[in-house]
Amino acid sequence: MRKTIFKGTALPLLLIAPQLLITCIFFLWPAGAAIWQSLLQEDPWGMSSQFVGLRNFTEVLAEPEWRGAAYNTLIFSTSVAVLAMGTALFLAVQADKSIRGANLYRTLLIWPYAVAPAVAAVLWLFLFHPSIGLVGRALNQAGIAWDYKLNGNQAMLLVIIAAAWKQVSYNFIFFLAGLQSIPRSVLEAAAIDGARPVRRFWTIILPLLSPTAFFLLVVNLVYAFFDTFGVIHALTGGGPGKATETLIYKVYVEGVQNVNLGSSSAQSVILMVLVIALTAVQFRFIERKVHY
Amino acid sequence: MRRTWPHLWLLLGVLVFATPIYITLIGSTHDASTIGRGDVPLLPGPHTVENYTAAWVSGGSGRFTVTPASRMLLNSTIMALCIAVGKIVISLLSAYAVVFFRFPGRMIAFWTIFMTLMLPVEVRIIPTYQVIVSLDLFNSMAGLTIPLIASATATLLFRQFFLTIPEEYVEAAKMDGAGPMRFFRDILLPLSVTNIAALFVILFIYGWNQYLWPLLVVNDRSLETIVVGLAKMIGTGDAQNEWNVIMAMAVLALLPPVAVVIFMQRWFLKGLTETEK
Repeated sequence: MRKTIFKGTALPLLLIAPQLLITCIFFLWPAGAAIWQSLLQEDPWGMSSQFVGLRNFTEVLAEPEWRGAAYNTLIFSTSVAVLAMGTALFLAVQADKSIRGANLYRTLLIWPYAVAPAVAAVLWLFLFHPSIGLVGRALNQAGIAWDYKLNGNQAMLLVIIAAAWKQVSYNFIFFLAGLQSIPRSVLEAAAIDGARPVRRFWTIILPLLSPTAFFLLVVNLVYAFFDTFGVIHALTGGGPGKATETLIYKVYVEGVQNVNLGSSSAQSVILMVLVIALTAVQFRFIERKVHY
Repeated sequence: MRRTWPHLWLLLGVLVFATPIYITLIGSTHDASTIGRGDVPLLPGPHTVENYTAAWVSGGSGRFTVTPASRMLLNSTIMALCIAVGKIVISLLSAYAVVFFRFPGRMIAFWTIFMTLMLPVEVRIIPTYQVIVSLDLFNSMAGLTIPLIASATATLLFRQFFLTIPEEYVEAAKMDGAGPMRFFRDILLPLSVTNIAALFVILFIYGWNQYLWPLLVVNDRSLETIVVGLAKMIGTGDAQNEWNVIMAMAVLALLPPVAVVIFMQRWFLKGLTETEK
């Protein structure tokens, strides 16, 4: 809270107006519309709609397709988070050991952050395409039938790799910063007491790194839920079958391709609740971190 | 030996990370039949100029009519700049109002902005699209950028920074007879330059990499952005695609944001760690 402030009412209102206006028109109005539409059901011709209460929600939650998408999202998000965080932590620990090279390696590892998810998907397609990709062809020649356009598990594996590849750089930056902020004296004391490097990692480094890791877990999950739409849309289109259809992808399919607004809105509202929960968890955690 | 293991692991990591890019770069220098046959080359070929020219001028002669890369790069640049600059401007102004003034509805305004943190564009995608249609902004650069401009993150960052500015600065400015806008322009803006630069790098990449939103609100080819255009060229991933031109297009699509990260690394790292607090 500042003590010295400027006087006036019209000027600050004018200054804050642009942001408030955009927020109201493009955030609050649509969010309200999503909630309202999730309570309505349109007839098949879109001529009229009637209030149906929570029926869209019960229908969505009971749908096998929605449950399938929820299951895919769970598998996809956990795999992306584990793969991206595990790789990043391992590389960050290595970079932290070589004090001189750390910054150079950071430069060489951070650029995938800038690659759009959809472009990342295209790059990995060039490697894993069954007939033009280096790895895809090698797999087929080795007798492993590889075609991500036919095999659902292979499609899932490919979108996980492409999505995780892009996210490693982000995690790496935060893990490296976390590692570099651990006082050397603590590690040296442990070394003098005879703790081997592996033991030092598990008993000192990892506990001190846990706030960073928890923060990254939330960020990675949000990334996997929402930002990876481009990866899936460009690479598999949710297929083959519905093998890589995640919740956010299903909102898109339902709303844009099937034009089923009631169901699509109900799914959007479910996702909103999910984001709000994740954000709340993150904020609680940040408050705790302040007290450390 | 103990000294070399970390380096070996890191080199392996760097290699694995660079492989997809390397393959794409190499692929963009060969002709379509070489790649179509599946003889994946590992060394550059002689067709660099014609592939990039094809991508730049016509977007390739494939079965899909594609917008030329020159047009799509221009659209992506305009979109990314509008989003980054727009977000920074409206956030600076609103943070200034919240921190340096007391006015009715101040807390409500602040919390309204704060709430947007919890509503990423992806979860309210269909209703936002309907709003765009009813405002007659479909197929326009305004419709493409304005809904993405409001951002709680940037406002919070500037608010945090403004709160650290010493009271004496404001008092001195007032004593010298400077009005609020004069203070904003001559003192606050110069002090915020580092934060603005850091934020700009992050937001430029955010804007450039947008996918779902442009896919929905634009179907006019002259407004196509390069990330969406590239994904459309893939189609169903058919082996008969003009892969050489697609690879050249992929290189063009990722070059600008990657260059921004590498050449503005200091700002990038600052922006990344500050916006995520």
